[in-house]
Amino acid sequence: MAMIEFKNVEKYYGDFHALTNINLKIESGETVVLIGPSGSGKSTLIRTVNGLETVEGGELIVNDQDLANKKTDMNRIRKNVGMVFQHFNLYENKTVLENIMLAPRLVLKRNKSENEKIAQALLAKVGLADKGNSYPKQLSGGQKQRVAIARSLAMKPKALLFDEPTSALDPEMIGDVLNVMKDIAKDSDMTMLVVTHEMGFAKQVADRVIFMDSGKILEDAPSAQFFDNPKEPRAKQFLSQVLNH
Amino acid sequence: MINILQNHLSEFISGFGITLLSSVIALVLSLVLGTIFAIMEVVPNKGARVIARIYIEIFRNIPLLVITMFFYVVVTKIFAMSGLTAGTIGLALYTSAFIAETVRAGILAVDSGQMEGARANGLTFWQAMQYIVLPQAFKIVIPPLGNQFINLVKNSSTLAFVAGFDLMYQGNEIASTTFDTINTYIVVGIFYLIITLPLSYYMRYLEKKLA
Repeated sequence: MAMIEFKNVEKYYGDFHALTNINLKIESGETVVLIGPSGSGKSTLIRTVNGLETVEGGELIVNDQDLANKKTDMNRIRKNVGMVFQHFNLYENKTVLENIMLAPRLVLKRNKSENEKIAQALLAKVGLADKGNSYPKQLSGGQKQRVAIARSLAMKPKALLFDEPTSALDPEMIGDVLNVMKDIAKDSDMTMLVVTHEMGFAKQVADRVIFMDSGKILEDAPSAQFFDNPKEPRAKQFLSQVLNH
Repeated sequence: MINILQNHLSEFISGFGITLLSSVIALVLSLVLGTIFAIMEVVPNKGARVIARIYIEIFRNIPLLVITMFFYVVVTKIFAMSGLTAGTIGLALYTSAFIAETVRAGILAVDSGQMEGARANGLTFWQAMQYIVLPQAFKIVIPPLGNQFINLVKNSSTLAFVAGFDLMYQGNEIASTTFDTINTYIVVGIFYLIITLPLSYYMRYLEKKLA
């Protein structure tokens, strides 16, 4: 069953046509990587999936609810769809553990001892078991991003959205974050949609690659096929530019 | 100066008490009202934003004395109230408009990623405000908020115009009976400093503690 489905979705910023006739189906458990040049609409597209951006036409079904319908309760969708941002967006006034435990406590009403147990386990999973009482400003970028991933996982979401999760990181931090993401991708139940410029990750981990340009999906192919034999000239050109250096 | 203080100690103390009482009540009220209107200014609902805008522009653009007089002269015909009550309400409403703008500036100074991260994490707008945005906003605006509080204490001297029996009122009375104007107002000034200086230091302490 499809976890995320775009049907003829349109999106405008004023006169600017940000997304044009998007049709895309992501099955439950799939890992899909979204690539394309900057300004192509990748971030806009991923941000529509949890309602951070509205859509103006078509249908956008996420976890059986239509986000194009203004009456849809966004909070119900966000309970099941986590998001990891380029700039982390950790709560600056909360410790690492509080960051992870806040939403489960407020939204899921998870009890304190269970909440703490889950949070500690997730911190261990992302390799930061000893950082629970630190504040975000005491962490490096790579550590912040791993905490952000743990925070999203604490909600036990069905799907996770990653919006350029490694773009703001120092090169030597990127590997740690990608390793955590690879681990999550192995979990067969988790649906992942990842906007990234990390072609190695896309090649290795993605089931499918979506190539976008100018607000349109130009190519949607299994990962190996996309990298070995892209069909669209624009995709070929893009790949030659990002891979040949 | 010592003479004036000795001969009129009870009046000074009583005026000081009224000034302190009025300031504390107005401070709490204006902080609560100011915060409510600051939040109303940033909510998605346009009606709420318009109401907040109108409220703030009215109360920060009319002299405090006019607002106080309005309550003392006009509103009192419907709800009878003392000079102290009228003055304290005027002071609270007037200051709340400035506090609303101060707190709003604080909310806008918090990185928008904080709200976005919280909403994406499943929190409602109000939960994100309460747990994430407002605590950070208040920390940012402690220095200008301290300014507002100090202004509030000094502005409480408008109570003297509506028979509020505050420090300024007592000072006026003493000066007009003793004709020792200079010494009287020096004592009055010192009594105001007894409230404002500790307040100023407390705000600095908070600023350091939360930094």
